Amino acid sequence: MADENHKIDRRAFVGGGLRVAGAAGLVGVTGLLAGRKGQAEQYVWQIDPDKCMACRNCETHCVLDESAVKAVQCFLMCGYCDICTGYFLEDYSELNTSAENQLCPTGAIVRTFVEEQAGVRYFEYTIKEEDCIGCGKCVKGCALMNGSLYLQVRHDRCLNCNECAIAIACPSEAFRRVPASRPYLLKKTAQALYEKRANDG
Amino acid sequence: MIRPLLSFFSLILMVILADAATAQELIPIPEFTDHPIKETIHPPGPPAWSEHLDLAALLVGLSLASWFALVKRSRRGLYLLAVVSLAWLGFWREGCVCPIGAIQNVALAVCDPSYAIPAAVVALFALPLVFTLFFGRTFCAGVCPLGALQELVAVRPVKVPVWLEHALGLLAYVYLGAAVLFAAMSTVDEPIFVICRYDPFVAFFRLGGSTNMLIFGGCFLVVGLFVGRPYCRYFCPYGALLGLLSKVSKWHVKIPPDQCVQCRLCEDVCPYGAIREPTVAQPPDQRRQGRRRLAMLILLLPVLVALGAWLGRGLKGPLSRLHPTVRLADRVLLEETGQVADTTDASDAFRKTGRSIEDLGREAIVQTERFGTAGGWLGAWVGLVIGAKLIHLSLRRRRTDYQPDRINCVSCGRCFWYCPNEQARLGLIADSPASSSEP
Repeated sequence: MADENHKIDRRAFVGGGLRVAGAAGLVGVTGLLAGRKGQAEQYVWQIDPDKCMACRNCETHCVLDESAVKAVQCFLMCGYCDICTGYFLEDYSELNTSAENQLCPTGAIVRTFVEEQAGVRYFEYTIKEEDCIGCGKCVKGCALMNGSLYLQVRHDRCLNCNECAIAIACPSEAFRRVPASRPYLLKKTAQALYEKRANDG
Repeated sequence: MIRPLLSFFSLILMVILADAATAQELIPIPEFTDHPIKETIHPPGPPAWSEHLDLAALLVGLSLASWFALVKRSRRGLYLLAVVSLAWLGFWREGCVCPIGAIQNVALAVCDPSYAIPAAVVALFALPLVFTLFFGRTFCAGVCPLGALQELVAVRPVKVPVWLEHALGLLAYVYLGAAVLFAAMSTVDEPIFVICRYDPFVAFFRLGGSTNMLIFGGCFLVVGLFVGRPYCRYFCPYGALLGLLSKVSKWHVKIPPDQCVQCRLCEDVCPYGAIREPTVAQPPDQRRQGRRRLAMLILLLPVLVALGAWLGRGLKGPLSRLHPTVRLADRVLLEETGQVADTTDASDAFRKTGRSIEDLGREAIVQTERFGTAGGWLGAWVGLVIGAKLIHLSLRRRRTDYQPDRINCVSCGRCFWYCPNEQARLGLIADSPASSSEP
């Protein structure tokens, strides 16, 4: 058996053994993770609007220059108030759309008259998303009434960082990862309203 | 007249129902005569196929890099590939198709079974490792955008003293241990992913970021002008993993295509200090001394590990401050004892949840203890790394030729062009005086 070609080099043998061990380890970890029941789906970041306290961290902590978080309006929850606490400053001088009365620093909320019923005037409030900076002032204001305005991560903008800078800065643990196929969250109240509407047909 | 009245009542009913569900009073929506209630519009996220495209790009990049480095022996090809991947994975995908960061996701998924890690992330983590097991660190050579950026700026590399090179090289393993540990200690919704937090170049890839990140990355680039690939060599935790696998890889980049002429031109040109020179035979008494030292170091290893573990346990205080619950508990304690007057958003949010302070304190203590254990593991790891390095340094190897150090070599291929035999192979210079005299 002293055949030169079959002589095993000790170094090559150890190297080969370690290589096999490395491969086995890799296959093991991959297999362990693949074998879990889990879904193979991508996760994205989202704000739980019921936990959010509109602290303004979303505006400043996002790695993007203009935050990926914007305010949205859940029209089903909105009261269409004339004196909207999400639109007007607490000490507004007049109920008009001039900037000095507005809570929003960029004037990103559009107020349009809908109709008058029994002497009460109703207005619709829509977020102009390209102007919204995600400061959440309107969210805080609206929370005094129906809370139909709330903050959401906009997935056309979000980079989906592995360690979301806002999630770390979030004081109320409102950020969480959600499956990419259902990337937006509703308030529980809104959820109930939608279910109610679906049941009513 | 009846209809609106009825619908008004149904609205009231609806509000009461919703009220029961969420205990929040709503001002009812009026029934508009001619105005539909709008739907909230949500922009869709990136399409599902985009992650498959990224993986495909990674696979193609790894294959090309391995082919250029091992078969084609083309520095130019590797350089071009690095530029392309810098543009694609770096600037276009904004540096977040990142196997380096995926270490943390894998570590978290292994420790926290509730985190269903996406298959794409596992593949992202494993693919370069598998390639390295066969071809050496070709991922670093032409695919990794962080490596590519540093490869491009390394214009005046100086030689780092050997002792410093060895010492700094340990940092990457320590960083790897710390990153794995923090990832494993965190939760999926509140990750402590230090690799991502201190990614030096992501601010450049995004063309914007905080001032601190830009300065941090800028420092790496400026240092990178004179010290080749500072992040890859001294910090990259994935590079540490790849180096270990590259050590036992099936194939690896060769400097001369066939025979080494011992001209040491390659060693001069390697900007990463990754080429080892031929060894000289030792006299017997030195060999005996070397063996004794090796035996001592092997005995020292468990001592170092134990010492590290003991020191690491003492770090539980500062380490646990990384955990949000511990920070919150500290803050609330300060507020409750009147040491600070104002409250923070976090403590406000905590009080709104109605959780008791005792409960929070208990959880913080549990977390602090966990970090104590983790600190022990980290210390033991550091001890192991130092001990293993000392043993590795005192192992004698026999080399007759100039060879790449398999752990440190990133397969960049700079040495190819400087090898006279390679030049001869390419037909750029004549093979030998005899052959040059032929017509």
